[in-house]
Amino acid sequence: MPTNVLYLIEVLANGLMAGVMYSLVALGFVLIFKASGIFNYAQGVMALFAALTLAGIMEGQVPFAHMINAVFGTKIHHFGWHVPALAAIAMTVLVMIAFAWAVQRFVFRHLVGQEPIILFMATIGLAYFLEGVGDLMWGSDIKTLALGLPQGGSRWLEDATAGWGGDDFYGFFIDKLDIVATGVAIVLVASLIAFSQYTKHGRAMRAVADDHQAALSVGISLNFIWILVWSLAGFVALVAGIMWGAKSGVQFSLSLIALKALPVLMLGGFTSIPGAIVGGLIIGMGEKLFEYTFGPMIGGATENWFAYVLALIVLVFRPQGLFGEKIIERV
Amino acid sequence: MTLKKLAALALTTTLAAAPAVADLVIPDLSYRTGPYAAGGTPFSDGYQDYFNLLNARDGGIGGEAVRIVECETGYNTEKGVECYESTKGEGALIYQPLSTGITYQLIPKATADQIPLHTMGYGRTSAAKGEVFNWVFNYPANYWDAASVMVNYLLGENGGSLDGKKIALVYHNSAYGKEPIRTLENLSAQHGFKLDLLAVDHPGQEQKSQWLQIRRSRPDYVLMWGWGVMNQVAVQEAANIGFPMENFIGNWWSGAEHDVTPAGAAANGYKSLNMNRINAELPVFADIKKHVHDAGNAAGDGSNIGKVLYTRGMYAAMLAAEGIANAQSIHGVSDITPAQLRDGMESLEITNARMEELGMGGVGPAFSVSCSDHGGNGLGIVQQWNAGEGKWVALTDYITPDDAVTQPLIDEDAAAFAAENNITPGCL
Repeated sequence: MPTNVLYLIEVLANGLMAGVMYSLVALGFVLIFKASGIFNYAQGVMALFAALTLAGIMEGQVPFAHMINAVFGTKIHHFGWHVPALAAIAMTVLVMIAFAWAVQRFVFRHLVGQEPIILFMATIGLAYFLEGVGDLMWGSDIKTLALGLPQGGSRWLEDATAGWGGDDFYGFFIDKLDIVATGVAIVLVASLIAFSQYTKHGRAMRAVADDHQAALSVGISLNFIWILVWSLAGFVALVAGIMWGAKSGVQFSLSLIALKALPVLMLGGFTSIPGAIVGGLIIGMGEKLFEYTFGPMIGGATENWFAYVLALIVLVFRPQGLFGEKIIERV
Repeated sequence: MTLKKLAALALTTTLAAAPAVADLVIPDLSYRTGPYAAGGTPFSDGYQDYFNLLNARDGGIGGEAVRIVECETGYNTEKGVECYESTKGEGALIYQPLSTGITYQLIPKATADQIPLHTMGYGRTSAAKGEVFNWVFNYPANYWDAASVMVNYLLGENGGSLDGKKIALVYHNSAYGKEPIRTLENLSAQHGFKLDLLAVDHPGQEQKSQWLQIRRSRPDYVLMWGWGVMNQVAVQEAANIGFPMENFIGNWWSGAEHDVTPAGAAANGYKSLNMNRINAELPVFADIKKHVHDAGNAAGDGSNIGKVLYTRGMYAAMLAAEGIANAQSIHGVSDITPAQLRDGMESLEITNARMEELGMGGVGPAFSVSCSDHGGNGLGIVQQWNAGEGKWVALTDYITPDDAVTQPLIDEDAAAFAAENNITPGCL
C-alpha cells in the first residue's frame, strides 16, 4: 500500500480519536439541553472546575487558601496530605453534585418559565462566576493530574506496522491516552443510555425531556430531575476535564474546550447522545483530513474554523443536526 | 435628597476614593486570570515585588515612592487597551504590557501620548529602531534576535553548517507567533536548511495534526514560538511521538517551569532560550523575602520567587527603575515625567558591576541603549530542563545574534512603518 494512503489512514484514525475527546465535552451540553432546554454555556468551565477540584483534592490543597491568608494573616496552603485518586474522584463527584444543587436552588428555580435566551444568559453568568470561584478556590497555577493515565504512542502498533509502505512509513501512531478516552467514552455513553432506559430516575428524566407539563402531572419532581441532570453533566465534565487535563495539565484554558464541542453539537444535534458521539467523530475526522490535505497549501491551522464550516453545511440542510429532533412549529 | 446634596455626596466620595498622590506611577498590565494566567502571574509578581522592595528598602527611587496600578488584561488585546486608557491619566510613567497583541495596539497610542513603552523580548521587533519608534523600547533582546540565536546555537552544534538540515517552526498562529518567520526564512536561505512552518491556532490545546506532520517529515530540529497552553501541549505531543527532546527548542516565552512540569519525566531534555539567567540564590531574592514577603506585601502568594518568569518580571522592573534613576540624574529632578523617563531609557547603560550591586549579578547581560538602538544587544542563553531535579540548567553562555541578518530586516520594517505613518525618522 502506498505510504500516502497509510498516512491518510493514520490521520483518519487520529481524527476519530480526537473526535471522541470532543464528544466527551459535547455530551454534557446534550444532557442539560435535552432535559431542560437550557444551552449550558458553562459546560466548558464545569470541566475546568471539576478538574481543578480533583487536582486540588489530590494535592491536599486548602481551598480558598489565598483568601483565608489575606483575611486572617495566616500562611496555609496545604493540609499536608495527598488523597488517593479514586477517593479524590469520589469527593469531586460530591462537589459537582453540590454544585448542581446550588445551581438549581439559587439560579434556575428562580427562572422557571423564562425565555430560553434568559436561561442562556444565566449560564453565561454562571460560567464567569464559576471561573472566578475556581481561581479563588484553587489558584491559577497549572496543576498536574497524577492519575497514571498512559500517554504516548503505542509502540507495539508502531513496531508492528513500521515499513508497511516502505522505509519512509514509520508505523501507525495512536496515542494511548486517546485509546483510553475512547474506552471511557464507550462506557460512559453505554451507562447513560442504560440509566435513561432501565432506571426509574432515567425514565423520569426522559419524561421531563419529552414534556415538562406531562411529567409534572404524573408526579415527577422537576426540581429533583434537574439536579440529577446537572449532576450527570458535572460528572461528564469531570471525565472530559481529566482526559483533556492529562494532556496539558489542569489550567484555565481547559474552559475553552467548549469551543471544540460547539460544532459537534451543531452537527450532531443538541438533543441526541448518539448524535454527540457521531458528530464528534465526523468533526474530528473531517478537520484532521482537511488539515492534512489542504492545510499545507493555505498556511495550516485550519482545524478550528473548518470544524465550524462543516457544522454550518449540515445546519443549512438540516437545522436540527443529523440526530436532533425535528423542529415542528404549528400555527 | 436634593440634586445639590447628591452632587456634594458624589464629589466627597470621589475625593475620598482618590488615591493618595504618589510620584512615580507604574501601571502593571497583568493577567492573573484566563488561559494565559500561568505565565502572566509570575511575571507580574516579580515586576511588582521589585518595586515594592525599592519602596520598602530604599524609600522608592531617588526618594520618590513608586505607586503600582495593576490592571487585569486577561491577555486580551481589547482589555489591554482599556487598561492603558484607564491608567494613563494617573500619571503613568511607563507601560510593560507583556503581550505582543496589546503592544501593537499601544504603539500609536503611547507615541501620541508620549509615554514610554517597554516590550522586553516581545512586541514589534522593528521598534528597536529608535529613530522611528521614539517611545518604544524592546531591550535587551527581540524576537528576531531569538531566531538568530537559535540558529547560531544549532550552527555550533553542527560544526558550523546546517546545510541540508530540516528545521520545523511550530508557532502560535498570531502576530506573536509569526514574528520570527521572516528572519528564519532569511537564515534558511543563508545557511541552506529547509524550513517547515506549522501554525497552531489559539489556544493550542489540540496539536495532533502538527505533531503527526512532524512525525512524518522527521525534521532534525523543531523550534517553537508558543505561549500558554500551547507550550505544555507541544512538549507532551513531542514526547508522545518520540521526538528527541534535546532537538526541540522553544523561545524564551516557551521555557518556564510550568511549560514542562505537566509532561513530567517525558519533558526531560527539552531546551529553550532565556534572556535572563535564573539563580535562586540571588541576593535580591533574599531582600525581597525580607522586605516584601515577610512584611506581607507580596504581589502573589510568594511561591513564584526565583522561577523563570518571576525573575524576568523582576528584571523588567529593575530595567524600568534604572531608567527612572537615570532620568532623575539627567534632569536633576526626582519627580520625573514620562518624557524625562524616555530620555533616561534612551541613555541607559547596564553594566555587570551594576547588576552585581543590585543583587542580581548575571541575570542579564551588559548592554547600552541609544537613539538608534532601542533593542539592546539581543543576547540569549540556551537552557535545558532536568526533569529529575525539576530545574532548568544553563547549557551555554550568552550567544550573540547575527546582526547582519536582523538589522537589515529591522531597518526595512521600520522604514515601512515610518512611511505608513508619515514619520520622519530622527532622535528626540
